[in-house]
Amino acid sequence: MSPGRYFRKVLRAVSRDKMKQGRRALRMDDRRYVATKHSCPSCGKPVDDGDLAVNLFVCPHCGHHYRISALERIKTLMDGGEISEFSADVQPVNPIDFPEYTEKLRQAQEKTGIDEAITTGVGRIEGRQAAFALMSFKFLGGSMGSVVGERLARAMLYAADQAMPCIIFTASGGARMQEGIFSLMQMAKTSHTAALLAEAGQPLIVVLTDPTTGGVTASFAMLGDITLAEPNALIGFAGPRVIEGTIRQKLPAGFQRAEFQKDKGFVDAVVPRSELRSTLAYLIDVHSRGGAKP
Amino acid sequence: MKAEELRSKLQELQELALRENIDIGADINRLADKLAGGDETAWRRVELARHQDRPTALQYIDLMSDRYLELHGDRTFGDDPALVGGIATIGGVHFTFLGHQKGHNMKENLHRNYGMAHPEGYRKALRLARQAERFRRPILTIIDTSGAFPGLASEERGIGEAIARNLREFSVLRTPIICVVVGEGGSGGALGIGVGDRVYMLENSVYSVISPEGFASILLRDAKKAQQAAGLMKMTAPDLKGFGIIDDIIPEPVGGAQSDHQQIAGRVRQTVLAAYQELARKRPDQLLRDRSARLLSLGRFTEKPVGRQSSLLSRLFGGGS
Repeated sequence: MSPGRYFRKVLRAVSRDKMKQGRRALRMDDRRYVATKHSCPSCGKPVDDGDLAVNLFVCPHCGHHYRISALERIKTLMDGGEISEFSADVQPVNPIDFPEYTEKLRQAQEKTGIDEAITTGVGRIEGRQAAFALMSFKFLGGSMGSVVGERLARAMLYAADQAMPCIIFTASGGARMQEGIFSLMQMAKTSHTAALLAEAGQPLIVVLTDPTTGGVTASFAMLGDITLAEPNALIGFAGPRVIEGTIRQKLPAGFQRAEFQKDKGFVDAVVPRSELRSTLAYLIDVHSRGGAKP
Repeated sequence: MKAEELRSKLQELQELALRENIDIGADINRLADKLAGGDETAWRRVELARHQDRPTALQYIDLMSDRYLELHGDRTFGDDPALVGGIATIGGVHFTFLGHQKGHNMKENLHRNYGMAHPEGYRKALRLARQAERFRRPILTIIDTSGAFPGLASEERGIGEAIARNLREFSVLRTPIICVVVGEGGSGGALGIGVGDRVYMLENSVYSVISPEGFASILLRDAKKAQQAAGLMKMTAPDLKGFGIIDDIIPEPVGGAQSDHQQIAGRVRQTVLAAYQELARKRPDQLLRDRSARLLSLGRFTEKPVGRQSSLLSRLFGGGS
């Protein structure tokens, strides 16, 4: 059997059997935004919460892109503000019996209203279908543990099997250290599924959002056929404080930001949130076999 | 009996156990630990893994091979002395070798950057790995780094991208890959040459997502709690064997690998050749299939049918279709 055929067999096994479970429509409750004011963390000017949601969570004064969770991303990016989520049944355990990890997970779930640092599913942008994986930094720093790895792997394999692009929004501080060596190994697993996706001839489109660092940067985040980034997103392997500790001096302004990474040749384009929908729709069109779809 | 005599008796016992394939290596080392007056703790292994006198990658290659030639440079930026590679003939088999290279003293370590590689190191590794695939050479990687170098130049040249690309490419390389963690297996820097068909660890080596110091400062909020962190992280060879992450543990001489370079190199050689014999029998397709299955199985989680889940999510968002 050629590796190509083997890979397709793997894909089918994953997508057909497993994806049926854990499938549900996922959307965000609109009522969560009531009109209260806060100061923009970037320019300090007062911002109305309700307006912010309408403005794609971008400060109307300075253009600062707020960090948003998977649910807010779904709401602002996807047709109908929803995706058909899969792998919702894949849930975390405490693989190295790390003290208080189970409790930490429960707290994070309660606090954030999401069940893990990544949400995956099928959705549409301007009518074009793709498999999506959306990370939430507010869930334990968007850290990658076994669930993040498995859900990502399934999203990529699903895209490969169903012949559609896979679009990943990254936001992560790196590996989920509470899962020890298992978190490190997710780098190998997700990078391998990126290879399988490539084998199947489907594009991996990565959108780097603030912040994307550590083990996520050193794996699937840097493996996109097309790599986009949101303005001013911090993107790097080692965090700025670690580097400053190594070189014992302050880093230059703009270091490791999206625009810097574009200058250095690691990001294809910096795309403001307001242009993401049309840019992604265009990219899906370009990569679909029959050319542009209506 | 004096301690010295005891030690040599233990050594003999261990040799015998290895020769006769009796599994008492761990017991012997436990005895050796008692003899040394210390508890066998994870931290002691961390210290041993970092021991300055342990054999380095190039020493292993030198001791294991009939002949070898180091090959330099990534053909794009430069040569990284912290990550070495080349061709080595071991037991009549031509291998491509890759390894993190530490030094034995300050001067060597400055030259080798303490075995912490820059992007060009990982790109050299990929160049040589591709070459190995083309000429049907198996790959041997020797892992010994505290991590990829977290510096300005390293970031500018895309250390994340360099490691990521290696992970992806090594996972589908059509040639056998055998990895041996001989000292520190630190984070993504270690994994950057750590994706393979067989992964072994030396008895006193460690392999982890972050250094115990880093772990302590982030999760325990105190960098001085590194010893405690080492235990919590479950980073020793027996831990990883228990998790099913590595294939086997290569026993070290009494006291550690640094006490007898010849002997430990001999054992690594034996393990690598045995693994190669096994892998060489597989057709490339089978090899890739098995490697793929191995990589896809990494991770621990539960799968609850979403309907039965007393999910917070469904309460919050009225989900469930």
